[in-house]
Amino acid sequence: MSTLYFTEDHEWVAVDGNTATVGVTDYAQKQLGDVVFVEVPEAGKVLAKGDEAAVIESVKAASEVYAPVTGTVTEGNTDLAETPATVNDSPMDDGWFFRMSLDDASELDDLMDEAAYAAFVASLD
Amino acid sequence: MALTLEEAARAARCDKGTAIVSESTPSDDSLRTTPLDALHRSLGAKMVPFAGYAMPVQYPAGVLKEHLHTRARAGLFDVSHMGQVHITGDDPAGALERLVPGAIRPLKPGRQKYTLLTRDDGGILDDLMVANAGSHLFAVLNAACKAADISHLRAHLPDVEILELTDRALLALQGPEAAAVLAGLAPVVADMRFMDARAVEILGRDCFVTRSGYTGEDGFEISVPAEGAERLARALLEHEAVEPVGLGARDSLRLEAGLCLYGSDIDTTTTPVEADLAWTIGKARRETGDFPGAAHILEHLRDGPPRKRVGLRPEGRAPARAGTAIHAPGGDAVGTITSGGFGPTVEGPIAMGYVPTALAEPGTAVELMVRGRALPARVVALPFTPPRQHRG
Repeated sequence: MSTLYFTEDHEWVAVDGNTATVGVTDYAQKQLGDVVFVEVPEAGKVLAKGDEAAVIESVKAASEVYAPVTGTVTEGNTDLAETPATVNDSPMDDGWFFRMSLDDASELDDLMDEAAYAAFVASLD
Repeated sequence: MALTLEEAARAARCDKGTAIVSESTPSDDSLRTTPLDALHRSLGAKMVPFAGYAMPVQYPAGVLKEHLHTRARAGLFDVSHMGQVHITGDDPAGALERLVPGAIRPLKPGRQKYTLLTRDDGGILDDLMVANAGSHLFAVLNAACKAADISHLRAHLPDVEILELTDRALLALQGPEAAAVLAGLAPVVADMRFMDARAVEILGRDCFVTRSGYTGEDGFEISVPAEGAERLARALLEHEAVEPVGLGARDSLRLEAGLCLYGSDIDTTTTPVEADLAWTIGKARRETGDFPGAAHILEHLRDGPPRKRVGLRPEGRAPARAGTAIHAPGGDAVGTITSGGFGPTVEGPIAMGYVPTALAEPGTAVELMVRGRALPARVVALPFTPPRQHRG
């Protein structure tokens, strides 16, 4: 059973033990529109919290996905290179970007839970 | 994730580097609205500030579907932010020729032409469509440039009157089914060819219709009195072939069609020859050289320009956006991408930019610097999609 966290950059982080799975939220994919290109990091890439970790491009714009925590990438979702629209169709599930190890669990304290993120999104409109 | 949405709005600038787009939200009082504003909102459009107007960047279908629908059937665009101008006087065509390199005097009544306002140094002040409406010229100007254009016309052409039509909307109906749809309301349009222009009564309103557009498809632009605009738009949208299309898809459609966006692909630093728009320079006018910037522009025509606007196809799927540096393979920066993104019909990344003339031949390999890496790309002939205008 994983615990879900959110960032103000509209990323979700599912933490299961020492592993964090990272993706972008439904709000993010809606704002971006049709996703046409995704570049995910390769396993072994060391990321500090806030580093640029992945790239997402829609018909409208290019954006970066940042590392929400410090750690090492264990797996990138290479399926997204072939089918970037999965980010639109299934942002919270099949559209995950990468998994990484969690160096410092206390970094999660800075993130939002689902209710706080929902309130954050509501405050944007 | 950084939601730095540039939208189509990045393009709404008249002078290079001068953003016309403000940070304001579309509900700001400072933004102007088109006669179709209420219709856009009722259709669920996402409104953005563009050249001082609240404009629909997309509808709920989204940019990709709107783009593909336009190529497959017909899309309806609100382009009422663009400037509509009547030029009247004893010899409006002769007068306008003093400011553009195009052959306006030979333009027959009922015909339209794409032309450029040029500057004394050969740079481009704006691109515009001009129709011979019989008693006067009808011109359509870029939204971000229209105020400057009108001042420019009035300052330099005291012998004609420049009348801005502020009480009219401009709708574009584009796509393979556009003619059948519009002919249902006004059968006479079926007889028009690409770049024909004529006054047509539609739903009881005096409209001015041109068979032209900004998508590479067959289609029409319809100037309609503001008070009749929503009824006309709703009548067109009632047709099952027609969907509303926003500025986002308008940008990807025109890029696939290889058409220039003023402020991005052409501006005061590009000459018509560099921009690969030498075809807009009238044959006789090359002899007379009586247009602004003729010395510089004709020199580019004679000796070849130092650089040229070309099409670019990046390999792989990563789009290269405007501002991306173009490098010779393994070498130095040689140019810059001026428009770039994803082509939904091409199903891949496409771009336009300037390269030295020696590298402008289709097939030439170049590299695009995207996020610090060299992305291989090739120069290709424009347009990216086959032109489908109705040439009769």
